[in-house]
Amino acid sequence: MMTNKLGLYLHIPFCVKKCGYCDFLSYPPGEGEKKAYVSLLRKEIRLWKGKTDCPVDSVFFGGGTPSLLEGQELEQILECLRDVFVFEKDCEITLESNPGTLDEEKLRDFKSLGINRLSMGVQSFQDDILRFLGRIHTADQALTQFELARKAGFSNINLDLMFSLPGLSMQGWEKTLRRALSLEPEHLSYYGLILEEGTPFYQAYKEGRLGQEDEELDRRQYWYTVDTLSGRGYRPYEISNAARDGLACRHNLKYWSLSPYLGFGLGAHSYFEGRRMENTRDPRAYQRALEEERALSEEGECPDGFFCPPCVEKLHLNTRREDMEEFMFLGLRKTEGVKLSRFERRFGVDFFQVYPDQVKQLKGRGLLAQEGDRLFLTPRGIDISNSVMCEFLF
Amino acid sequence: MNGSYKDYIRNFCIIAHIDHGKSTLADRLLEKTGLVSERDMKEQFLDNMEIERERGITIKLQTTRLVYRGMDGKEYILNLIDTPGHVDFTYEVSRSLAACEGALLVVDATQGVEAQTMANAFLAESENLAILPVINKIDLPSADPQMAIDEIEEMLAIEAQDAPQVSAKEGLNIEALLEAIVHRIPAPKGDENGKLKALIFDSYYDNYKGVVIYTRVMEGKIRKGQMIRLMATGKVYEVTETGIFAPDHVPVKELKAGEVGYITASIKQVADARVGDTITDHQEPADTPLPGYRKVQPMVYCGIYPAEGEKYEAVKDALEKLQVNDAAFVFEPETSTALGFGFRCGFLGLLHMEIIVERLDREFDLSIITTSPSVIYRITKTDGTVEMIQNPSNLPPAVEIAKFEEPIVKAEIMIPNEYVGSIMEICQQRRGRMKHMEYINEKRVVLEYEMPLNEVIYDFFDALKSKTRGYGSLDYQFIGYEPSRLVKLDVLLNRELVDAFSMIVHESKAYARGRFVCEKLKEIIPMHQFEVPIQASVGTKVIARETVKAYRKDVLAKCYGGDISRKRKLLEKQKEGKKRMRQFGTVEVPQEAFTAVLKYDDK
Repeated sequence: MMTNKLGLYLHIPFCVKKCGYCDFLSYPPGEGEKKAYVSLLRKEIRLWKGKTDCPVDSVFFGGGTPSLLEGQELEQILECLRDVFVFEKDCEITLESNPGTLDEEKLRDFKSLGINRLSMGVQSFQDDILRFLGRIHTADQALTQFELARKAGFSNINLDLMFSLPGLSMQGWEKTLRRALSLEPEHLSYYGLILEEGTPFYQAYKEGRLGQEDEELDRRQYWYTVDTLSGRGYRPYEISNAARDGLACRHNLKYWSLSPYLGFGLGAHSYFEGRRMENTRDPRAYQRALEEERALSEEGECPDGFFCPPCVEKLHLNTRREDMEEFMFLGLRKTEGVKLSRFERRFGVDFFQVYPDQVKQLKGRGLLAQEGDRLFLTPRGIDISNSVMCEFLF
Repeated sequence: MNGSYKDYIRNFCIIAHIDHGKSTLADRLLEKTGLVSERDMKEQFLDNMEIERERGITIKLQTTRLVYRGMDGKEYILNLIDTPGHVDFTYEVSRSLAACEGALLVVDATQGVEAQTMANAFLAESENLAILPVINKIDLPSADPQMAIDEIEEMLAIEAQDAPQVSAKEGLNIEALLEAIVHRIPAPKGDENGKLKALIFDSYYDNYKGVVIYTRVMEGKIRKGQMIRLMATGKVYEVTETGIFAPDHVPVKELKAGEVGYITASIKQVADARVGDTITDHQEPADTPLPGYRKVQPMVYCGIYPAEGEKYEAVKDALEKLQVNDAAFVFEPETSTALGFGFRCGFLGLLHMEIIVERLDREFDLSIITTSPSVIYRITKTDGTVEMIQNPSNLPPAVEIAKFEEPIVKAEIMIPNEYVGSIMEICQQRRGRMKHMEYINEKRVVLEYEMPLNEVIYDFFDALKSKTRGYGSLDYQFIGYEPSRLVKLDVLLNRELVDAFSMIVHESKAYARGRFVCEKLKEIIPMHQFEVPIQASVGTKVIARETVKAYRKDVLAKCYGGDISRKRKLLEKQKEGKKRMRQFGTVEVPQEAFTAVLKYDDK
């Protein structure tokens, strides 16, 4: 099911308030800022008019909190996208949402725009944990909004949950997971807390206010999740994601499969025609670049006629080796792992010629397994996936 | 005075405690005598090696000739001879001092007499130099020149009421100092018509000229074309150039008794022109060499291995280059099971070793691993054969050893009297035997100890300095071998012996040492996917053990919004970290482990 169809990512950098663990590019919007941002986004999108006829089969509104936008604003963006790109009929269109920003009317609006996949940042069904995380909603609100989303017609809903949190016991996590499953979502994402530098959580941890990380409990919660979901008819298809059959997130899979995607908005990333691009993270620079159409990156002019939007700050043409590395370390996040035949088709070279020793060694250490064409992480390999993945860097 | 040229020469050095302004003062003297214009002045002209600046020590000497027109209207030649500053190089210091008639003893007016001030003053006195105290930093608000003067008189018993008071930084009273140098430091003696005797006080290798010898002519003359003989090595050379330091090399026709300068004679390596050796005329040699020559010999050995195996040749080249310039440094190839191909290298002491290692890194961009330093042990086997062991790994099995001997040094320790108790204690801990104790004056004491060299090389000097707040000084000399109860301490990682960590220690220290090494390695070895036992053993007996726990997870969840750059960076960092590791069996050991286990402090 790997296609070379295009995915589109739209970054909405607005949040009601920043959570203590979050290091994504997001902030509370100023007066009129959402409107202005949407208009810049449309400008950026329109630059692609006539640049590619690659069909689009996934759109992802991420953030921040895209559900902070009004239906009308999303409509303008989608309208613009449909005008510029060729959409597949069954295109997956995902919107990330915070339960604290939803209501019945908004949900109905979203659905009517063709958004067919709703991702809800529930994180926990324990109110004390939600407060600790700095979330703006309660467990009850999440339950209510889920039901309303169903009522509005969303038949593909993801719940984002967080485990390995300070103060989250094994029982607490089991309870959150049970509550989530009782809603019968089509998709679940389960992320262990990562203390990212620069966040209040990181600071608190440094100062000893968060206590020690408990790796043992982290792994217990993780494997409990994977086992429970497997037993309940979900397929864990990626390290942190499980879905009902056929409902794996098409968009996210593009990242793991080295498929092309274009990112729009502040700090958005693209991988297109072998290039990695990164938009500026500075709102003023973003605005200037688009309004004056003056390239931020000096590499703006590509000799081969590749189009690089002016708001791109970093442009990098991946070498073949970098593509191989990424193919491996991204691909191994998938439960099915990487397909050797796909590697060989893509790079025109025998896999074991490129990685002669690594696989043998990693298999020997019980971290990697092979079944026919598939090379994948063992459970132990998943636990320490970074040390496995870095073996595939040259 | 008979009006000889010698009356207008002053040979002197500057001695000071670290940071008391020695280099700044030297710079100022250069500037005031017009040698270096203020504009061209590089900060601290004299200390020119990067490592020296950082450590605040001088290793390679800089010698400069200043021309000063005195108040009497006469022109004087002032030869400023630099001195190195560490116990590993005490011998070199003594030879530099021997080239002088006087020493400026610089004392910081805000600090007074300190650490090396005393040690250096004493060294200078023992070379019979005229000592001219100089009070520096008088421009500082906290300066108390009278305090400094009183301390000099009290603690060093040196008359200091007339000491020039200067600010090297501000250039204050530099003329007065120059006058004092002329009047209070004696002119050199020596007969320029006598048989040639010239002291080698430093040398270095120049790519074009070969070895450049820094010399002080004591008797006779030396000039281009002359056949000379180096009395200690017996080697004969033809002089190709004689010159002075002005401050760059300026050739002159000849160097005469009392003068300081350089000569070149197509000498291939500095080991052939040893510091302290006497240059004489080949045809008409002097009867006796100048006193005080000592063949500098490596006392400490360690293995040096390229961090990346393929750099072996590059390391070899670099060691060869360093050796042509360093008579005290030796090396030969060796192999280690753990580290592969490398070199066994000999040094004067640990600082010398650290300097070489740092130079390999900075000047040659080579990353290397060093094994535990060792002295040379003498083993008499049961079959009667005698072996000299520089590498603990080469030690024969205990059953084959009939006699195990270690080198003993005579250590002269000079300290202020209030520290006698604590220093005697650290000497005792290091198996020292006190031989002698003498009060030089009411404040200062010299302790003479016989100590095993392997107790001196690790951290004795550091311990001495810290226990005496820097006032202690140390000199040591090899005196012979003595039987001792020594054992080989091995380290096992995940039950496999890592030869690079093996060391020879006294039986009584094995437990403490073993514990220390295990604890250190536990701190440094990263968590693996499995438990890593760290054991220290003597023979088959495990005497200490620690365990590095296995880690449970190493997984990063997100690549949010398709941003894989962070993931890539993280993986690259991890990969890079692995590269800096040495693989021993299944265990990865960071390179810093090898130096960390050496920083032993048995408090």
